[in-house]
Amino acid sequence: MAKLQAEAIKQITEIVERYKNEETPMMMILSDVQNEYGYIPLEVQELISSLTGIPVSEIYGVVTFYSFFSLTPKGKYVIGVCLGTACYVKGSQLVIDKFSDLLKIKPGETSEDGLFTLDALRCVGACAIAPAVSINGKVYPMVQVGQVESIINEYRAKEAL
Amino acid sequence: MGLVNIKIDGQAYQVESGLTILEAARKCGFNIPSLCAFNNGKCSRASCRVCLVEVKGARGLVASCVYPVAEGMEITISSQKASDARRASVELILSNHHKNCLQCEKNGHCELLEVSKMVGARDHMYEGEQTPSTIDELAPGLIRDTSKCILCGRCIERCKEAQGISILGFENRGFKTIVSPVGNRSFANSPCMQCGQCVNVCPTGALMEHSEIDKVDEAFRQGKKVIVQTAPAVRAAIAEEFGERIGTPGTGKMVAALHRLGFYRVFDTNFAADLTIMEEAHELLVRIKEGGVLPQITSCSPGWINYMEYFYPEIIPHVSTCKSPHMMMGAIIKSYFAKSHELDPKDIFVVSIMPCTAKKYERQRKEMPNDVDAVLTTRELAKLIKRSGINWTRLPEEEFDNDLLGEYSGAGVIFGVTGGVMEAALRTAYFWMTGKEYGKVNFEAVRGQEGIKEATVDVEGTKVKVAVCSGMRNAKVLLEQIKEGKSPYAFIEIMGCPGGCINGGGQPFVKPMFLPNEDDNILDTYREKRASILYSEDERQVIRQSHNNKDIQKLYKDFLGEPGSEIAEELLHTSYDAHREKFPNK
Amino acid sequence: MVKIKTSEELIARSEKEHACLDKKFHCEPGKKAIVVCGGTGCLSSNSKELLHRLQELIKEKGLEDKVTANIVGCFGFCSQGPFVKIFPEETLYTKVKVSDAEEIIEKDIIGGEIVERLLFVDPQTKERAQRQHDINFYKLQKRDIALKGNAEINPEDIDEALGAGAFLALNKALHMSQQEVINEVLKSGLRGRGGAGFPTGRKWQFAYDVQSDEKYVVCNGDEGDPGAFMDRSIIEGNPINVIEGMMIEGYAIGAKNGYFYIRAEYPIAVQRLRNAIKQCEEMGLLGKNILGTDFEFHCHIRLGAGAFVCGEETALLNSIEGQRGMPRPRPPFPAVKGLWGKPSVINNVETLANVPFILLHGADAYAAIGTEKSKGTKVFALGGKVNNVGLVEVPMGITLRQLIYDIGGGIPNGKKFKAIQTGGPSGGCLTEKDLDTPIDYDNLIAAGSMMGSGGAIVMDEDNCMVDVAKFYMTFICDESCGKCSPCRIGTKRCLEILDKITNGKGTMEDLEELKNLANVIKSNSLCGLGQTAPNPILSTMNSFYDEYVAHIVDKKCPAHVCKSLMQYRILEDKCVGCGMCARNCPASAIEKTDIVPAGKAPNLPLRVHKINAEKCVKCGLCQSNCRFGAVIKD
Repeated sequence: MAKLQAEAIKQITEIVERYKNEETPMMMILSDVQNEYGYIPLEVQELISSLTGIPVSEIYGVVTFYSFFSLTPKGKYVIGVCLGTACYVKGSQLVIDKFSDLLKIKPGETSEDGLFTLDALRCVGACAIAPAVSINGKVYPMVQVGQVESIINEYRAKEAL
Repeated sequence: MGLVNIKIDGQAYQVESGLTILEAARKCGFNIPSLCAFNNGKCSRASCRVCLVEVKGARGLVASCVYPVAEGMEITISSQKASDARRASVELILSNHHKNCLQCEKNGHCELLEVSKMVGARDHMYEGEQTPSTIDELAPGLIRDTSKCILCGRCIERCKEAQGISILGFENRGFKTIVSPVGNRSFANSPCMQCGQCVNVCPTGALMEHSEIDKVDEAFRQGKKVIVQTAPAVRAAIAEEFGERIGTPGTGKMVAALHRLGFYRVFDTNFAADLTIMEEAHELLVRIKEGGVLPQITSCSPGWINYMEYFYPEIIPHVSTCKSPHMMMGAIIKSYFAKSHELDPKDIFVVSIMPCTAKKYERQRKEMPNDVDAVLTTRELAKLIKRSGINWTRLPEEEFDNDLLGEYSGAGVIFGVTGGVMEAALRTAYFWMTGKEYGKVNFEAVRGQEGIKEATVDVEGTKVKVAVCSGMRNAKVLLEQIKEGKSPYAFIEIMGCPGGCINGGGQPFVKPMFLPNEDDNILDTYREKRASILYSEDERQVIRQSHNNKDIQKLYKDFLGEPGSEIAEELLHTSYDAHREKFPNK
Repeated sequence: MVKIKTSEELIARSEKEHACLDKKFHCEPGKKAIVVCGGTGCLSSNSKELLHRLQELIKEKGLEDKVTANIVGCFGFCSQGPFVKIFPEETLYTKVKVSDAEEIIEKDIIGGEIVERLLFVDPQTKERAQRQHDINFYKLQKRDIALKGNAEINPEDIDEALGAGAFLALNKALHMSQQEVINEVLKSGLRGRGGAGFPTGRKWQFAYDVQSDEKYVVCNGDEGDPGAFMDRSIIEGNPINVIEGMMIEGYAIGAKNGYFYIRAEYPIAVQRLRNAIKQCEEMGLLGKNILGTDFEFHCHIRLGAGAFVCGEETALLNSIEGQRGMPRPRPPFPAVKGLWGKPSVINNVETLANVPFILLHGADAYAAIGTEKSKGTKVFALGGKVNNVGLVEVPMGITLRQLIYDIGGGIPNGKKFKAIQTGGPSGGCLTEKDLDTPIDYDNLIAAGSMMGSGGAIVMDEDNCMVDVAKFYMTFICDESCGKCSPCRIGTKRCLEILDKITNGKGTMEDLEELKNLANVIKSNSLCGLGQTAPNPILSTMNSFYDEYVAHIVDKKCPAHVCKSLMQYRILEDKCVGCGMCARNCPASAIEKTDIVPAGKAPNLPLRVHKINAEKCVKCGLCQSNCRFGAVIKD
């Protein structure tokens, strides 16, 4: 635990404190840590365990069960390609393959420069604008394979500034 | 509870209400195969889907391990539909199981294999890719092989309910799910106490003790003087390995077998148990007299010691510095015994037969690396005996070798059961404090299988409060008291495994499936049955108190001097690690 | 915020707000009101920026007294969004861009003229439709029960909800006994909209009958079916309607606390729900002594974290309890032992959205809609290969043909209808022969599918049904919780066989094994997810057995979808030699031949192109880039 910075310890203690009146706050704690800290490494789980009394193995089990939680840092831009039925029948597999190709990462991985994480999403509920791609919450409607490169470049350009 | 009328395969029966179909069927004489259920047919998971039966009126098949019986229920076990379904569940499990049964350490005790036979699983059904697997052989006590794991969750439940530390948990999701310590790391790199309770409930070869048989073989090959000692709890269970009913004493035959296996000497760890009492009772009296840290806590159980170092390092001043009995025995064999026989300790190889997997870790501790050279569990000893072709039933009864370290008291025998160390210590402490023996000899208040027991001993007007517990879930209660400064006790006995060593992680498996001649409540009674062997052996001993052991008296006279002497401190006492990292090599 | 403390205060406030809302829609002479669609689909097409632009322009041009501009919920016709609707004329503009704002303000608001080019054009008749109800998509719909208020009221303003009649149903319920409320729901015939169709009233009755110091109501908003977004739109469009439904349920069974479990993928729904709960609390409509009675109720929100299985109610409970979302064995049923061991009722979002209507208008009015055994309306997310994609609310009993052709506007590009998939990964495919079946719970099951939560994905001749089965199996295999062995291992084995078949390596024995496995998973699995997981396989095998056989025996994918069994080819007689395909090929798999294209002079550099099958990665870019239709799939 010594490996955690004092600031991180404070931040996580504060998150746990937020839900101290809840009967079973684990999901809320983990969601907040994921959102605010970016990922939930073992050290953080140990800290949460010691603050809540819930065994680390159970926390780890929860973290690895839900696809929203991540043990490693995600990229600065998280590209989610929807593979829901509506998107799939309209070719979203090709779109994700193209992202995969261009970024040289498989779904679930983060690019070496730490800029992009590629995720396969299970229906974002934007079926009417299929295939949908969401990048850090921004939804791109009806994405075609040909657009993929320019979408990536849009973010690369942002970084170059 | 009232009775309900049910029908199984058309036959009418009356059973207690509140039972699951699985339990009720068992009472009516039907064995429905099941894997995830292990507490006499009660299950909280219903995940293996092997115990499926038909119930008239129910939607689809039902899992008999969770479905309660009800008045008028009509259950069908043997229909084609139910039989096919059970077989399919098993075949699917087998399709993701590493089937090297011939080489598997669990062969003969594997519930999956037995269930496969029961349901008539066919060869090569549903073959395909297997979940990526891990074999963890880093920990001295335990081996985990996920390629054999069927995700029944029994080990997770046992670790949580017995020790409250939940070392094992489910990880990942779907086909990638595994059972493992956090992050699929080794037991060695997690705060596992290596008690082996998980091994005892694992239905397959996924969890096993880390065998050291080859180390013993190697010692024989090198021509070492291989000296064996056996813990008290071993004799209470070893006969089970050879088909005897639970509760059959195995002392004489076990000794006979050890003689035939060619050991240089066959000693009883009970001698060292007596020695432990001398040192530990002395330590206690000193603490009481000199206002030292109280309560004092026993240190015989290496599982408990591991737990303490990980979770309660601040308790260290309370823990007796005594080594555990077999480690004392090793130290004495390699000093006093070696000297008397003019042997070079380097030529001596000490093997401990223990009911315990944590002892395998203990013998490798940096504080005492040379006392004991190999630890075999009760199960490993049985394997050794079987391997040599010895026919257990034809063995005569023989006695331990009476060579300097031969005599033992009844007090030493009961070390193997929860409360035993306390009782043995009280017998001696009482004598030392009052100058006379405790008249009744037995301290009944500290006996029994409850998780936490407490007693007040009246030592000629001085009331001494003591407590006994087993399983870390229970220990936690007493330790928290100490942490808060509210512990009313002078002396506490803590054993790692629920019920003490008789239920250790290295003991023969108690699996009703393989025990057709036992009562159907055997899982509730086996601990008492094993304990009673030790208590009756105590009763039979002429000498019932450790301080009256003649060989012990001689050992102090000729070699150690007094309890707590300098040489005793050096050979028989140890220290603990207050900074043990829970997750090393992160 | 002025609190509403009694029943009388509610009625008075409701009338006042209704008058306000009425004024908005039936504006005073010379005044207008603009509403902009605020559903996720339209928001992602910049409807928020559009709204801001409109508001900016109103300010710039000093029109504040003449016109207002607000956001509303979802119009449902998502493929045509973003929408702008102008009151009182009810003119509906479609596919509006931020750059169109100026013209709308200038021409319509100031000039009083309709911006023709932004009106919806019927793809079949090519006619323009000015108003919403002129559009075929809306004609057969009944969007006033579950989608009540959607596209009319501002979902972030409780006053508008009150104006639309919010809490009047609760008020009525509070004047009834708990059993009377349950009886009303029983009588209405409302069945669970989450998929299985269990009678809602009976669920409530079970929980009501159990004695306990604490009970819970839980709203299942973990809408995980890929291709379904009903619940999201309902919450986004009118969160208070769902809260009211939950409160009525809480009153009926005797619960003080209600939990919304919402997918974390729905940030807008969560934010609007959170906002609505806060407003209700501030008004005293949530909390103690609601409307002057003893009734106490609190709403809480819990977020999912990306696990489809949490839509299964016992897995959902485990998730709320901070555990892995693994289903629990039953019995005990949640109505007896649910959340934190207390009696709990879990209802789907849409189910709860139906409840206020039933209480307000009576069970008979509700039961008058629908078929004999399926009452009321159902919201479907119509998607896939259909012209009008979006969210529809239709009375039970309309036919699939009406859904696909009348509302959906048929199949695009003149392709042939092949199947409609309902029920998501738990459902099945319905075909041509089922088109005239009235949609209700029992008919869909009889036809080999199920209602499910309401996803309805249309497929045309270009969809391979084996590939569709594989798609759903991949999904289930990824989302299986891993607890029980038939689902954990069985779905993996099914996927392996489907993989073999779609790669042309399958045998007829594999097909037998697939069927056998599917039946094993169905009968042996622990929870509803596993028990229904093989449905896509069984239903496609049932209706499209020939397609499976074609993959196995002929090594052909009739729809040219399975990559291993198809190839792209350039038709020599159609290729003009422009080289567009070659330039865009990511694998450099297209080469020039020596053949001069038909009708081209040999001295030009144009030559017919050819695809090198060994290099081709079958991405299809050549086909989409060819303007001469020379690239085909074989």
